[in-house]
Amino acid sequence: MVETGEVVFAVTGLSKVYDMGEIQVRALSGVDLTLSAGELIVLLGPSGSGKSTLLNILGGLDHPSAGYFSYRGRDLTTATDRELTDFRRYHVGFVFQFYNLIPSLTARENVAAVTEIAKQPMTPEEALALVGLEERLDHFPAQLSGGEQQRVAIARAIAKNPAVLLCDEPTGSLDSKTGSVVLAVLEKINQELGTTTVLITHNVVIAAMADRVIKLADGRVVGIERSIERLAARDLKW
Amino acid sequence: MRALDHKRWRDFWKMRGQVLAIGLVIAAGIAIYVMSLSTLDSLTFTRQTYYRDYRFADIFVSLKRAPLSLKERLQSIPGVAQLRTRVVAAANLTVSGFNEPISGHLISSPSTGTASLNSLYLRQGRLVDPDRDDEVVICEAFAMAHAFTLGDTLAATINGRRKTLRIVGVALSPEFVYQLQSGSLFPDFKRYGILWMGRKALATAYDMDGAFNDLLVKLATGARPEEVIERLDQLLEPYGGLGAYGRKEQVSHRYLSEEFRQLEQMATIYPTIFLGVAAFLLQVVISRLITTEREQVAILKAFGYYDRAIALHYLKLVLMIVAVGVGAGLVAGYWLGRNMSELYMDYYRFPFLIYFLHPRIVLFAVGVSLAAAGLGAGGALRRVIKLAPAVAMRPEPPATYRPSWPERLGLKTFFSQPTRMIIRHLGRRPFKAILSVVGIALACAILMVGSIFQDAIDYIVEVQFGLAQREDLTVTFVEPSAYRALLSLQRLPGVDHGEPFRAVPVRLRFRQRHYLTAIVGMPEENVLHRLLDEDLKPLVPPEAGIVLTDQLGHILKVKPGERLTVEVLEGKRPHRQVTVAALTKEFIGVSAYMDLASLNRLMREDNLISGAYLAVDEPHLTSIYSALNEMPRVAGTVARRHAITSFYETMAEQMLVFTLFVIFFAGVIAFGVVYNSARITLSERARELASLRILGFRRFEIAYILLGELAILTLVAIPLGFLLGYGLCAYIIYYLQTDLYRIPLMVEPGTYAFAATVIILATVLSAGLVGWRVHRLDLIAVLKTRE
Ligand SMILES: Nc1ncnc2c1ncn2[C@@H]1O[C@H](COP(=O)(O)OP(=O)(O)O)[C@@H](O)[C@H]1O
Ligand SMILES: [Mg+2]
Repeated sequence: MVETGEVVFAVTGLSKVYDMGEIQVRALSGVDLTLSAGELIVLLGPSGSGKSTLLNILGGLDHPSAGYFSYRGRDLTTATDRELTDFRRYHVGFVFQFYNLIPSLTARENVAAVTEIAKQPMTPEEALALVGLEERLDHFPAQLSGGEQQRVAIARAIAKNPAVLLCDEPTGSLDSKTGSVVLAVLEKINQELGTTTVLITHNVVIAAMADRVIKLADGRVVGIERSIERLAARDLKW
Repeated sequence: MRALDHKRWRDFWKMRGQVLAIGLVIAAGIAIYVMSLSTLDSLTFTRQTYYRDYRFADIFVSLKRAPLSLKERLQSIPGVAQLRTRVVAAANLTVSGFNEPISGHLISSPSTGTASLNSLYLRQGRLVDPDRDDEVVICEAFAMAHAFTLGDTLAATINGRRKTLRIVGVALSPEFVYQLQSGSLFPDFKRYGILWMGRKALATAYDMDGAFNDLLVKLATGARPEEVIERLDQLLEPYGGLGAYGRKEQVSHRYLSEEFRQLEQMATIYPTIFLGVAAFLLQVVISRLITTEREQVAILKAFGYYDRAIALHYLKLVLMIVAVGVGAGLVAGYWLGRNMSELYMDYYRFPFLIYFLHPRIVLFAVGVSLAAAGLGAGGALRRVIKLAPAVAMRPEPPATYRPSWPERLGLKTFFSQPTRMIIRHLGRRPFKAILSVVGIALACAILMVGSIFQDAIDYIVEVQFGLAQREDLTVTFVEPSAYRALLSLQRLPGVDHGEPFRAVPVRLRFRQRHYLTAIVGMPEENVLHRLLDEDLKPLVPPEAGIVLTDQLGHILKVKPGERLTVEVLEGKRPHRQVTVAALTKEFIGVSAYMDLASLNRLMREDNLISGAYLAVDEPHLTSIYSALNEMPRVAGTVARRHAITSFYETMAEQMLVFTLFVIFFAGVIAFGVVYNSARITLSERARELASLRILGFRRFEIAYILLGELAILTLVAIPLGFLLGYGLCAYIIYYLQTDLYRIPLMVEPGTYAFAATVIILATVLSAGLVGWRVHRLDLIAVLKTRE
């Protein structure tokens, strides 16, 4: 397990430009950041501010155009595709806004798809129990509600005991009540397993549950706030 | 089971309709491949074994008459390993209860034991007793056609004397695997029989005591056949040698080789088309699948699945589809091959069949299918691997549509919104649309090939028997006879008209090329048996010069106006220079023609004739037959029309089987392409169509958008299919041309209509299946899933 306080991600001058032929979209320009082990960080910013881009780069899904970032001292800017794949395979769990479950697999099999290739995973059943879905093991995604699907997605992300959990608007398409349930699960994982968690949202209320809030606008970090007191997820209302 | 395996099996099950469609196309290709090649293998091996075990000769020669004492000199020709002299003769046969003339081909049986060359495979009974002159062994096809059993008798008019022969055995011979009477179009087992008689009896009847008129030669290993042939011809020249020839020119062997070539052809053309179409279908289906699943692919990548694992996942799916097709194809191919080989046994008289499926065929079939699958799915798989996970995660941008060119041309106002949707959708991926059209067109083309043989045979019969050979009977004399022999025929009651002909065996030479054939001489006044020119107009042989069939002209590479050498192989055996006057169109055989008087002049002979063409009154036929039978001069009578009808009867059944076969396979392609195209359009546009339904469009309006596309594809494909079909027919016909027969390229209007009908039916069937899915389109489910 990663020791608390150790630097997990170090990011300096990170930029990302999407080349769309005639026009070039600057999604990130000169981002500097350090994320520490065990932290629960909320990335806050309006739509289009570059949150997803940053998260994707951190998770090794995309390459930066310029700048430097490392994971626990290992430079990932120059990593090969294969190294990035291994990085994702053994260290990162993703949760996406649209759940992105594999429709032809049951809840259990969706989780198993990840545990099968991990080093020291939980069983799919354990992971699903952690998100309170022990009763829904053999349901297909189409037979689950949005909140349940998102919880399966979380179970899938945490099942390999990742060091980092990257969640891109996990509550974006959920109502407030279901949203809090999902956030409570994330909070529990962060506290019980010490998983470094990055959570994207454009919802200010959610920021209250973070250790730190990093604000993005137009591809730049415009503010970093450390919370004095973390609010429990179940107390958040929006 | 691993999670991805679950996913694969479920995907597989979900796309079972398409799996079936593609599997069938692959299966059809493999089945045809396995069927034709295993048949070819088996027949080749059967023939080889048969030839070896029954010592089929290498060189054949007929002559007028040579003393047996010549044998020693022949034997000493370098390269000759073995010789067999025979007496061979033609006879008229009579079978009680069958009132038509039967031509018999009599061959001497060795006086002791089995023959050294061309020995008999005895199916029933025994060989003839050399001391008896009334025993005969008959060929199996003839025995079956007349349901003869051992002990039955038949009458033969041998050299003018009628003789009753008792059947003691039924046999087959390697030299008559394909039994065709010379000058005939098709085998006719009822009217042509091969009989083996005791040598002594036959020799006595034909005045061949101590002599022979037929020679078989087995070559020593390494001997050069051309040299042996040349020596044989020199030695036999004084004895009326008719020119020696090798297996390549032996009728039965030649027909078989032709058949084998056709099978090989079939094993190439059809599987190529089917597997090509299958590759295309796989490409479309797998591309579509991967496009639909791009987010799932991205997710797998995000969680650390290696590219290789993901590619392998889809590759396995492709392999499962291919396995269905290949498995079914191999089983069907084996079964069809076995049946086809047996069907051949009816036509080609082998004593036994050694059917087997060589592993090399199976391996190749599997390999080629995998290659086709790789070709089809490879591109799509590469795209999956290249997809960056972050990019794949974002939903695919909405498809870019543009106004289609008919709209841009200002025809916009003619189209309703749904019609515009159809046209724009087709225009968005023109390449895919074109491939679909090509696929359907290929099916249409294959259907056309199915009927060209029927069309060709109809045409041949129509031209050959309607315009050229219009006689009812052809009577051949034992020996060239004086002109007045014709009068005795003309005088028979019931004979309306008779005209003479003269046939002279010759070798034609032009530059270094030569060909063994016969020159037929006909008087100018002939109206029954005529030559035709390129435009099917009657062509009268000019007083000077020779007329060749176009095929013979082609073989000798000689053009009208050029002079060739005629080496006559009978009588005084003169050698003459003759100018080629014209070429005539014929589909069967390779003959030359001259004016009767000029031919006789060339021969330095008086007015001799070899036989006559007769037109007769139908009611008098029986009496004419028996009268002809009584005439010692008459060697044989052939009634053309009966041969044709009987051929048509046996052909009809085979043709029906073959046609059904082709319809089924071509239907498979048409269905495969159309159904897949519709299924993919449905999956690509399900959301759009569901939205329209929600906006209040009716089901049939939705179906119109979907099926309208199919209708357009099909309607474009049919004319293209006609073109491709014509090309394919021409290609196949081109490869089937031989000196034995030329198949004309005839594509009748009915063939086009038939192909189009089957294609339309296949389209309607697949449209119906897809339409049923539109009917059940689950609006909520469709809208809930994110594209
Ligand atoms: N693949 C891409 N191609 C082009 N532009 C992109 C791509 N991904 C993101 N962008 C652009 O980059 C900017 C930042 O996007 P994103 O990181 O998704 O924002 P956020 O997640 O904060 O809403 C946006 O302007 C978006 O349009
Ligand atoms: Mg985003």
